[in-house]
Amino acid sequence: MRDVAVIGVGCTEFGEHWGTSFRDLFVKAGALALEDAGVTGERIDALYVGNMSAGRFVEQEHIGALIADYAGLATNNTPSTRVEAACASGGLAFRQAVIAVASGMEDIVVAAGVEKMTDVGTGASVDMLASAADREWEGFAGATFPGLYAMIANDYMHRYPLTREQLAQVAVKNHENGAKNPIAQFRNRITVDTVLNSSLVADPLRLFDCSPITDGAAAVVVVPLERAREFTDSPVRVLASAQASDTIALHDRRDISTLDASVAAGKRAFAQARLTHKDIDMLEVHDCFTIAEICAIEDLGFCKKGEAGRLTADGATALDGEIPVNTSGGLKACGHPVGATGIKQIYEIVSQLRGEAAGRQVDAEIGMAHNVGGTGATVVVHILGA
Amino acid sequence: MSVSRFWRKIPQRYNLVGTQCTTCGRHFFPPRSLCPDCRRSGNIVDHKYTGEGTVVTYTVIRSASDQFEHTTPYALAVVELDEGPRLTTQIACPIEDVAIGMRVKSVFRRVAADGESGTIHYGTKFVPVE
Repeated sequence: MRDVAVIGVGCTEFGEHWGTSFRDLFVKAGALALEDAGVTGERIDALYVGNMSAGRFVEQEHIGALIADYAGLATNNTPSTRVEAACASGGLAFRQAVIAVASGMEDIVVAAGVEKMTDVGTGASVDMLASAADREWEGFAGATFPGLYAMIANDYMHRYPLTREQLAQVAVKNHENGAKNPIAQFRNRITVDTVLNSSLVADPLRLFDCSPITDGAAAVVVVPLERAREFTDSPVRVLASAQASDTIALHDRRDISTLDASVAAGKRAFAQARLTHKDIDMLEVHDCFTIAEICAIEDLGFCKKGEAGRLTADGATALDGEIPVNTSGGLKACGHPVGATGIKQIYEIVSQLRGEAAGRQVDAEIGMAHNVGGTGATVVVHILGA
Repeated sequence: MSVSRFWRKIPQRYNLVGTQCTTCGRHFFPPRSLCPDCRRSGNIVDHKYTGEGTVVTYTVIRSASDQFEHTTPYALAVVELDEGPRLTTQIACPIEDVAIGMRVKSVFRRVAADGESGTIHYGTKFVPVE
């Protein structure tokens, strides 16, 4: 196995891009990544594209070929593969690119993620996102995605001392970070009262506990570490790439409030990188809902079960805290174009490790990305090091 | 949901017919055709559940997909059947009455419909045990 490095990253602004199509979003992110890497398109050996549901959001399948075509690579016949694991599609596309390079099969590989969500109405969008869970036995009963995470929140709050205010603080902190991120969908600061006064979506989760519906794309370029210096003076190493699965339905989990796939993927990643929690300087976790960030911090082992709410309220996960979490603003404030989110996490960590995060810069040499599909049926964890 | 997709699970949706592995005794609802513990040495048979259970966790859905929007707010829960399996279901009672640990039993109800002229999806909901 070869060591792998990221040599370039690119990301569109996240938001409601009424004037930009699915393919144009991707092309923009891809061009930014190639420019950053100093690589021309014809040198790319393969593309891996994370996308959850173009088939339903824009009624387009065969995404791999479409992307290669509009990236100008059809005449090169560059292989291009779509990767899907619901909201973890981006993280999984990155992992496939890393595996391709590590194996020796391919040398210069682009991992990308893209989702165009605003071409359908909110009701249709809610329905599509519910297909990340068990359509036959959760969706049939009327489960929505916020509803499933709300059931995690109620179970958690029944068993552990998490207050409604502590939960709101996750969103407050992520908006604070998003306000400093030029690509974030929401760059406004909010207060705990903003969250507590917003409308209920699924009790106890309110509108400001939920990540938004977003258009966006992100892309990164990976190469063998031994070749990275040909392209850049500041390669970022991939120290671990781990993935785990769990039951598709929330009701079949061993423990409603613990994502066992997060626990497993986290442990595998730490073992691969031969690192401990103390070595991690920053985290990008999958906060599709505020409760998800609480669970992620705990399930990855950064504190005991039941403690993440207090840690958040104490400021330990803020930009100037012991372990900054979601410096990008997370899914909550930066936005959540589902297939692109996992790649945006890599983009954010690389930006931080290279010292290019401007107003939200933290002191970091090693960062961890945590990307969840569904309510935890797929989890992908990566560790990157400067 | 297409007519055939709904129709093929009518016994399961109407009458809580799940499965059981006779090799290890484990019960499954929603039904499984492969026992995760015994795998190929398992032997799966149908099993009709009594329909009594306990609320493990719940929420009140205020914003739903188009198919369910006209029924909001409604209570959604994970219920643990007395035989062991857990399922996701609506609790048909005033939303403020639902609580973790509440005893419930299954009832036959209309769940959703495919538009105004499409198939009506009947199925199981749960109500509090008096």
